[in-house]
Amino acid sequence: MSDKSEVLQNSYPVEPGGYKYGFITDVEADAAPKGLNEQIIAFISRKKDEPAFMLEWRLKAYRHWLGMKEPHWANFKYAPIDYQDIRYYSAPKKKGTGPSSLDEVDAEVVKAFEKLGIPLTEQKRLAGVAVDAVFDSVSVGTTHQKDLEKLGIIFCPISEALRKCPELVKKYMGSVVPHTDNFFAALNAAVFTDGSFCYIPEGVRCPVDLSTYFRINAKDTGQFERTLIIAEKGAYVSYLEGCTAPVRDENQLHAAVVELIALDDAQIKYSTVQNWYAGDKEGRGGIYNFVTKRGMCAGVNSKISWTQVEAGSAITWKYPSVILKGDNAVGEFYSVALTSNRMNADTGTKMIHMGRNTRSTIISKGISSDFSHNSYRGLVKIMPSAENARNFSQCDSMLVGNNCSANTFPRIEVKNNSATLEHEATTSKISAEQVFYLQSRGLNKEEAIALVINGFCKDVFKTLPLEFAVEAVRLLEMKLENSVG
Amino acid sequence: MLNIKDLYASVDGHQILKGLDLSVKAGEVHAIMGPNGSGKSTLSKIVAGHPQYTVDRGSIEFEINGAMTNIAAMEPDLRAREGIFLAFQYPVEIPGVPTSEFLRSSYNALARHHGLAEMDPLDFDPFIREKMKVLEMDEKYIDRAVNVDFSGGEKKRNEILQMAVLNPRLAVLDETDSGLDVDSMKIVAHGVNVLRTKRNAMVVITHYQRLLNYIKPDIVHVLYQGRIIKTAGPELALQIEEKGYDWLIA
Repeated sequence: MSDKSEVLQNSYPVEPGGYKYGFITDVEADAAPKGLNEQIIAFISRKKDEPAFMLEWRLKAYRHWLGMKEPHWANFKYAPIDYQDIRYYSAPKKKGTGPSSLDEVDAEVVKAFEKLGIPLTEQKRLAGVAVDAVFDSVSVGTTHQKDLEKLGIIFCPISEALRKCPELVKKYMGSVVPHTDNFFAALNAAVFTDGSFCYIPEGVRCPVDLSTYFRINAKDTGQFERTLIIAEKGAYVSYLEGCTAPVRDENQLHAAVVELIALDDAQIKYSTVQNWYAGDKEGRGGIYNFVTKRGMCAGVNSKISWTQVEAGSAITWKYPSVILKGDNAVGEFYSVALTSNRMNADTGTKMIHMGRNTRSTIISKGISSDFSHNSYRGLVKIMPSAENARNFSQCDSMLVGNNCSANTFPRIEVKNNSATLEHEATTSKISAEQVFYLQSRGLNKEEAIALVINGFCKDVFKTLPLEFAVEAVRLLEMKLENSVG
Repeated sequence: MLNIKDLYASVDGHQILKGLDLSVKAGEVHAIMGPNGSGKSTLSKIVAGHPQYTVDRGSIEFEINGAMTNIAAMEPDLRAREGIFLAFQYPVEIPGVPTSEFLRSSYNALARHHGLAEMDPLDFDPFIREKMKVLEMDEKYIDRAVNVDFSGGEKKRNEILQMAVLNPRLAVLDETDSGLDVDSMKIVAHGVNVLRTKRNAMVVITHYQRLLNYIKPDIVHVLYQGRIIKTAGPELALQIEEKGYDWLIA
């Protein structure tokens, strides 16, 4: 038996709490003092060398935010956050000034990404996927940029896009998620620091997956990134997002905004594997993940698919949604949310049908273990203009052990009688009998649990790009290793 | 091959087996009969290593690499890899996992353990289809999720299919006949008989004699209140069919 557990340790270098990305990178940082006020916002805008309209935009959001209340309606409790005790800007120090290249990035940062499996140098970069690597508040490198430029695709940090193509940013930023949308969206609009910008021109099918890897490193720092993806008529892009953070005893805030715009016949596929540090067994530390993600199917026959594997964060508050404005538009939401230890997840989607013959599919798989709470919250709204709209929703929950909970809060609003809606929901338990059954067929406990979980999540995993699917399976296995008694 | 000595075993704090002895040699088929609640299923679970069942006293020895080894503390997956197989009375459903994928994972787990070549889906497909023919199983089942929406009879056939794939040295069949009509029972029995060789052994647990018309045992035991109270040849099963258990218990 002893040699077996050693093999496991070798394949997954596990740190306390089973989290293998919990290391801290020692870099010299260029940071703003703690606290939030108009000077800090001006500081961020200056650091980013932004056009004047951006500062105005930020300040407007900030002033609106000041009058808003932190939301506490989700199915979990958290202590009010002290927004003056957070650092809103932290960047690894550059060696020089001027246009950034990877040579100027602290070698420790490049090494950190390599350790995370994201090589950034030209020689080692991943084939088949272009990566934008965001470290705390800034993007430190984007691979494959030149190859993409030949196709007219713009894939760069959003701060760079503000210099490269300010008109595009100005036109679309905030068009899907306005700063008035919610408390965290307003906060993000005021203080966002980086994130990715993707623009796929008319008729272009992006040949590689575009990907952003978010890494929180610095202490007491929040990460507020903003991602904006625009697919012009007939364009296609598949975008992947990954995230990790070090093990720390304090909670850290992550409040991101993602906006997707798909014009006529365009398709955007957005996949996330979220593995922020989730806190320890007693629930100390971990990321507060308050994220607003929304896509606009603006054109006819457009399609937006969200696939998410949510396996980290102390708190996840996230509802990737689609506004189906164009006729015949398609919105999809595929989700696996796993909670373990003391984690809380309140996640789901909104499908807003406006156009005729719009279709949406929701498949949500929640897995709760240990003492965690896992809720699905969804809204399907059929507007009067949405003739013949269709929705199919399936929300399944799986409980592992006796101390966790699962809830579903599905909401349906129909204002057009031609709509067809289907809703299915199940709750099941991974049982000791299932594990024993598989063990009695020669599979070890980990393999047995992986097989059961895999089966449960199959409908979602099959929508992920292959490598991501493999990573997702491994991630869930690791998180559940000690949960089935 | 299997030697159980003075075994006491409990589940949920209740002692079910109370001094059970059983010795099984390669090439033999043993039938274990007994009234309800006598400990038949407990015996099957304890041999396979169910974690809820605990050995309080005694030993369960199984031949591994030519040496009798006490397996009482061994994980169920290791026992399976060493050649112990339990056909479940109530096979468990695994939603979303195709039967073919499950069977191949199991096969490969055993193959890895014995240093044999693993099979990829292309090799495995003809292999499994051949085994299914013997059991007259509809091929559609290999693409379906394990035991999900299977009829009672199909679940039992699926158990014997797994046995055929894993080719165990010791198979324990726990009430495989329960819930089967006569035709299904004949098919299942045929599947079992095909797998019978000189080097493997079977322990057939059953409440009724009728399965033993099709799977002929060499030795019949009667289990009562956690102990073997009578051991004899196949004629014992016929006597029980005729007279019930009362004459043995009194």
